[in-house]
Amino acid sequence: MNKPLNYAYYPGCSSTGTSLEYDMSSRAVCAALDINLTDVPDWSCCGSTPAHTVDHSLSSALSARNLDQVASMGLDSCVSPCPSCLANLKTAKHRMEDAGFRDKVNNLLDKPADTRVETKSVLQILVEDYGIENIRKKVVKPLTGLVVGAYYGCILNRPAELMQFDDLEHPMAMDNIMEALGATVVPFPLKVECCGASFGIPRKDVVMRLSGKLLDTAHGIGAMALVTACPLCQMNLDMRQNQINKANGSKHTMPIFYFTQLMGLALGLPEKELGIGKLCVSPRNVLDAIDANLKEKAA
Amino acid sequence: MKIGVFVCHCGSNIEATVDTAAVAAASREFPDVVFATDTMYTCSEPGQDEIVAAIKEHNLGGVVVASCTPRMHEQTFRRTVERAGLNRYLFEMANIREHVSWIGKDRESNTNKSVDLVRMATEKLMRNRPLYSKKFDINKRVLVIGGGVAGIQAALDCADGGLEVVMVEKAPTIGGKMAKLDKTFPTVDCSSCILGPRMVDVAQHPNITLYAYSEIEEINGYVGNFEIKVKKKATYVDWDSCTGCGICMEKCPSKKATDTFNEGIGKTTAINIPFPQAIPKKAKIDPDFCTKIQKGKCGVCAKLCPSGCINYEMQDEFVTEKVGAIVTATGFDLFDWSIYGEYGAGRYPDVITSLQYERMLSASGPTGGHIKRPSDGKEPKNVVFIQCVGSRDKSVGRPYCSGFCCMYTAKQAILTKDHLPDSQSYVFYMDIRAIGKLYDEFTRRAMEEYDTKYIRGRVSMIYPQGDRLLVRGADTLMGAQVEVDADLVVLAVGAEAAAGAGELAEKLRISYDSYGFYMEGHPKLKPVETNTAGVYLAGACQGPKDIPSSVGQGSAAAAKVLGLFSKDQLESDPQVSVVDIKRCIGCGKCIQTCPFGAIKEMEFRGMAKADVIETICQGCGICTSTCPQGAVQLQHFTDNQILSEVNALCRF
Repeated sequence: MNKPLNYAYYPGCSSTGTSLEYDMSSRAVCAALDINLTDVPDWSCCGSTPAHTVDHSLSSALSARNLDQVASMGLDSCVSPCPSCLANLKTAKHRMEDAGFRDKVNNLLDKPADTRVETKSVLQILVEDYGIENIRKKVVKPLTGLVVGAYYGCILNRPAELMQFDDLEHPMAMDNIMEALGATVVPFPLKVECCGASFGIPRKDVVMRLSGKLLDTAHGIGAMALVTACPLCQMNLDMRQNQINKANGSKHTMPIFYFTQLMGLALGLPEKELGIGKLCVSPRNVLDAIDANLKEKAA
Repeated sequence: MKIGVFVCHCGSNIEATVDTAAVAAASREFPDVVFATDTMYTCSEPGQDEIVAAIKEHNLGGVVVASCTPRMHEQTFRRTVERAGLNRYLFEMANIREHVSWIGKDRESNTNKSVDLVRMATEKLMRNRPLYSKKFDINKRVLVIGGGVAGIQAALDCADGGLEVVMVEKAPTIGGKMAKLDKTFPTVDCSSCILGPRMVDVAQHPNITLYAYSEIEEINGYVGNFEIKVKKKATYVDWDSCTGCGICMEKCPSKKATDTFNEGIGKTTAINIPFPQAIPKKAKIDPDFCTKIQKGKCGVCAKLCPSGCINYEMQDEFVTEKVGAIVTATGFDLFDWSIYGEYGAGRYPDVITSLQYERMLSASGPTGGHIKRPSDGKEPKNVVFIQCVGSRDKSVGRPYCSGFCCMYTAKQAILTKDHLPDSQSYVFYMDIRAIGKLYDEFTRRAMEEYDTKYIRGRVSMIYPQGDRLLVRGADTLMGAQVEVDADLVVLAVGAEAAAGAGELAEKLRISYDSYGFYMEGHPKLKPVETNTAGVYLAGACQGPKDIPSSVGQGSAAAAKVLGLFSKDQLESDPQVSVVDIKRCIGCGKCIQTCPFGAIKEMEFRGMAKADVIETICQGCGICTSTCPQGAVQLQHFTDNQILSEVNALCRF
């Protein structure tokens, strides 16, 4: 890389709880690729789903304050691993281009927010700023023999006008990364379908049906594992996999990785730094298969 | 000059926001105005009679009508003043409808602006001079651009009417889109059985000269006297001696050429005849796939051709044709649907276009009339049709309805059942637009007698599931999501302006809309005319059209040409530039700037001077603003006339 890559890093609330391993692996991978992430000082919740379902200006005020914090760091772009945070931060910036709305939000804050900074996902900077070919060069332990499907979820690149990343119906960013890591990527037809999202709490049956379909389809096309870029998708597919099996009478034991975890493994980082042990569905068999393949190749 | 002013109410179009009586009263104060009044409909018979009566009663020398745009009624009123014995150019129009009443709501401001416009018109009128048209001979041959069904109809009607016709078609065969169809709606009669004989008629008609695989390179001249440069693209086969025997095609070893006629279903040979009924039935080589042309090896066709007509060195050729009128019938092209990610953007082989399906249904098509999935050649069980792909969709810049897709989808659903009695067809539609004789009955037949399941809603996603496709969409009548297992998906792809429509329009000097469809002279009253004299439209180049409408327009355009050619001479427009030879210094700047090549240099007493060729001059006025001496003046729009209008407007 010619120019050092520096970003403000906005972890989002999930990173401190349910998706600790996404946060760990994102930080570890970026460090291994010499991408500098500096935590946004005194960051707070982006507003998440609850805030914008109640009040758009309150939701945007939460996000705008965080964007303002980034601006005060002297950095012009901010990355977040979580698509939901990303959507809120980007929506706030977009809505505040309207003067009336901007005034409304600024009235809620201690000082008018500077929302000029750009927000991107960790996936986007790895693909667009760092580059697939540069990732390929850094692979020390290729994921030979791993047959994986990439699942993006419904909000990572939608709405297209706002997210400005990858193809709306047929994103390829994670597919391309996985291919660069040496994995065999099977085209996952439901890559932008909804997993049921936060309906896991009020209407669990919806998640059982939607996420169940994702697992059935992934199994049907011969995927050994799915790779995701969203804490909520990962949680529905991984943590609720037993519930899904029970509800649908299926017998899935499919590991659901964060793409950064698989990147870390291919870059030769230790499993512990990547939070591999925090996954609910054990990836042991799959990881052992990769190791066996590697040994076979070496021998 | 005694001037009369007539201020039109245009019903309430003008009167609602302009005080026409006040405009007339104000006009009476202008110099030379001896009579002014407001009238309900100046263009109506009583309105025109009032003008004629006023001219006689007040001995008027010129007339101003303040009403609509001159595009609408200038000709009407010029004829009116002529009827009363005035020269038709002693008339001016002030546009107080399009330029005032329709665009402003403030009655007082509108009235003031109308007064200003009438003042300008009267000041110009005082300086108008009588102008007289000259007569010129015309060439009674007609050029038809495009050999689809509309062009064929226009050509045959003209030829039967005794005119010599030159037809230029860019594809190697005439027939257009209709030749690719299997059957036509709502009669389900065989497309090639009704079109084929007409194609033969074109080939055999003594009055028609056909240039297939040719394009329009250049158009010069004007109504009655156009000069057309036609590019005959290299076919690498001497068409004068080619008999269309097809031996070359049988033996050609390069079998991977794009089969344009079959819409890319299957491949063809590098040397090919598009289809057995092609007119002209001649072979041509696709140089991109010919091993001889690409690598210098092979030459099989040259060895086998019994008439020795293969020529690998052939170059494009140019011919010039002189005609008096042009019928443009360049048709349409299909919308590129690969923009739709939700339909797979072209990733799934079993998602095809309606025209590809049509080729598959056709007995002379690449599958011999058998419906087969492109992926594995199996017969489909469930066929899903999706309508409005690239029609009525603002998000892809195609907000218009393509008009014929509802009908051909119903037809294809019926044919699917005929071909495969065990199959089941589904149609996702937005609204069924079946306006036309026996059209609605036809779509009902598809539903009731052929058991086609019509689902009102859009498809959100197509994805592979095993070796089938899952089509997911909304059923907006049920308020439910639906999923259909499909073996084959047919997209009813909408129409868009033909590739290259814009470039051709520029050569023809006709206008086109923001989608590239050619503009008719008037949306109601001049459907096949353009604003360029002598250039007519037929068929889908003016907007999507089905076969009956295209044929109707072809005949209409032919009627217009026959009408135009019913006279031996045409009258030229006297509103052209004239050079004042005393002022001209022979600098030649006007010759350089004239976009029509209407000014040439001549010698006058040993000095170079500019000379305008009246019949070519279009009256654009560029030369007048170029001339450093003010020596070129556009008649009816002289510098003095325009300055007097400016002065009338800027009085303070």
